Amino acid sequence: MASMANVLGLIFANMHEQLLPELTKARAMASVPFGCKYRLVDFPLSSMVNSGITQVGIITKQNYYSLMTHLGMGSEWDLARKTGGLHILPPYGREGTGIYRGRLEALAGAYQFINESSADYVVMADANVVANMDLKPIVEFHEKQGADITCVYGSVVYPVERAQAQTVIEVDENNAVFDVLARPTMSGEMNVMMNIYVMKRTFLEELIRESECRSLYSFETDILQHKLKDYKVMGYKYEGYFEIIDSMKTYYKATMDMMDRAVSREVFNLAVPIYTKVHDVAPAKYGIDCSVKSSIIADGCIIDGVVENSVLFRGVKIGKGAVVKNSIVMAGTVIEEKASFIDAIADKDVTVTKNRVITGSVDFPVYINKGGVV
Amino acid sequence: MNHIKKECVAMLLAGGQGSRLYALTQEMAKPAVPYGGKYRIIDFPLSNCVNSGIDTVGVLTQYQPLVLNEYIGNGQPWGLDRAHGGVHVLPPYETAAGKAWYSGTANAIYQNIGFVDRYDPDYVVILSGDHIYKMDYSKMVDFHKEHNADATIAVLEVPWEEAPRFGIMTAGENGIITEFAEKPKEPKSNLASMGIYVFSWQKLRKYLIENEQDEGATKDFGKNIIPAMLNNNEKMVAYHFDGYWKDVGTIDSLWEANMDVLDPNVPLDLLDDSWKIYSRNPVMPPHFAGPQSRIENSMIAEGCEVNGMIDFSVLFAGVTVEEGAIVRDSIVMPNTVIKKGAVIEYAIVGENCVIGEDAHIGERPELIENKDEWGVAVIGHNVKVSDKAVAPPKAMISKDI
Repeated sequence: MASMANVLGLIFANMHEQLLPELTKARAMASVPFGCKYRLVDFPLSSMVNSGITQVGIITKQNYYSLMTHLGMGSEWDLARKTGGLHILPPYGREGTGIYRGRLEALAGAYQFINESSADYVVMADANVVANMDLKPIVEFHEKQGADITCVYGSVVYPVERAQAQTVIEVDENNAVFDVLARPTMSGEMNVMMNIYVMKRTFLEELIRESECRSLYSFETDILQHKLKDYKVMGYKYEGYFEIIDSMKTYYKATMDMMDRAVSREVFNLAVPIYTKVHDVAPAKYGIDCSVKSSIIADGCIIDGVVENSVLFRGVKIGKGAVVKNSIVMAGTVIEEKASFIDAIADKDVTVTKNRVITGSVDFPVYINKGGVV
Repeated sequence: MNHIKKECVAMLLAGGQGSRLYALTQEMAKPAVPYGGKYRIIDFPLSNCVNSGIDTVGVLTQYQPLVLNEYIGNGQPWGLDRAHGGVHVLPPYETAAGKAWYSGTANAIYQNIGFVDRYDPDYVVILSGDHIYKMDYSKMVDFHKEHNADATIAVLEVPWEEAPRFGIMTAGENGIITEFAEKPKEPKSNLASMGIYVFSWQKLRKYLIENEQDEGATKDFGKNIIPAMLNNNEKMVAYHFDGYWKDVGTIDSLWEANMDVLDPNVPLDLLDDSWKIYSRNPVMPPHFAGPQSRIENSMIAEGCEVNGMIDFSVLFAGVTVEEGAIVRDSIVMPNTVIKKGAVIEYAIVGENCVIGEDAHIGERPELIENKDEWGVAVIGHNVKVSDKAVAPPKAMISKDI
């Protein structure tokens, strides 16, 4: 069986940003803040590290400054290593490549990095899937099946609007993928692609070279759909908790899922923890007459008001008499005295001024952009 | 390996047992004792060093060093994983001449003259791992330079009635120290030594060697080095410090110092970004205040899960407080579980403990008639307290009950 030290991880930092335009306006999908103290990249990256992968490339396209400061040298993920470790791969990294149109072009930009690795296998993942996954059984499955490409999928019940944002696959009784539907108009039970793929490194390199000279750029359309019959494409069903962030609504839902203790214990399993950048702030402080229920709270918060069913990121201040309910409040935001913030999302460093009332709805939470003052 | 000269090297005395913390220092040295929700005591001098621009720190360990060694590691959490300098743990060692434990604070530095010499520093800052404070050592070194001093001792004005508990300096208006008395019955001054010294290295080096040759000496800074330098009219100046400084050498002072982080009037701001206290952060998710939780006036660290009532307390990382449990005026160290209905009052509960259902630890002072019988109750690390068990005030529990 393959040793996971022989697997190269690749994370696509900017995929699907069009689905989350507000939160990715000033940052990459991979650095969208999530779950009180994390950024989305922490989930695939920690999953890779906990699975034994020691070499990871992060393929970026644009808006990657906050991602770079978040990842630093990778020491929080134990990826500041003499050999292997973490590498950020910006566009234009190789002659003849640039801003990619699709996954294959993105991979072409990272060709050298892939080629110089001595790994036998490559695991690719996008940043917008919240899950704490053991990738080892997936690589083992791939090897055992002798597959060319293994796609990880989950069985979900989606409404039409979610299916229309995803790739849906069908697998036969032997787990072979026999149909790939891009953004289908369908609803109900389906096998949604988690956009996690396993391939042999040499196979991937050949795929990149061939796609490059044929001007193919979409892995899903040009390879999985049009060449499905040419390759052995297998489906691996992931049974654990996962949520694909494909809209503000699912971002909100996935965040609220973290309040569910069973989900939280699975995703934040201390034996295989989700790592993130350390900010060295003091623990949260609760003041006189505050009331906090069913909420998750990061370090550095100062709470003097009422907080219910909400998620407070690092360094959030809730003033006296302020009420925060069913909301997501990102780092550095201040909800001033007697303000109300209900069914809403505040990006980083927002100020909700004294006595102000902000109310959205659970189906359509109000969003206040980074640095906004309301 | 070539060593790049450092103007200043810090030596942090971290080998003390901290015997007056009893159960809390059975298995770890005092500087490793948890403090303030996510820190250990040693985070304060280490962070002060880094924030003061001192990037070379020797940490002298001796008593129960396992937790401390692991905690310091390569120094990365404090930015002390440096190519030149950085943090070095310095345990006692064997030489061709024999082997010896560190027999006193001065002897510990004496045995590491070789370490200090490698950086050829002009000044050495001597620190201890016993105090909670934020201090810019670079200002003290500047003061030392301005006064062209041989030794500079940080002093704090203490209430006169408390002066007999400290090493007391008498200094003239020019700051020059004329007299030093260790715990004087009738103090002539209320300037207490904080145990923070800046020495010109060559001068200290000389006194360390002389002290070592004196067979009767206790090899201690306060008892030998400072008096000897004073006797020889070396230039010693007092550096006044007026910020927050707390010795956490006793159960009561450790409890009080933790409660200080909850008091907005205490001038120790752990959230001040301009002087961060760094620590090795536990890798844990944010804390969860459950549907039954009632939390006020408290500090709660990451990884906690609270469904009980918390008031005037500090919960360290990964503490679980089940439904109906009450934690008041107490400190609960990392990863401890407080089961349903348990009551913790005026207590310090160590790391990785389990407090059984309906157990009762400590007591409120107003419920005790004889105040001499009241005090903070302590549960040591890794202790299991069975259901309905009682630990009275002042209890010092280091085995399962």
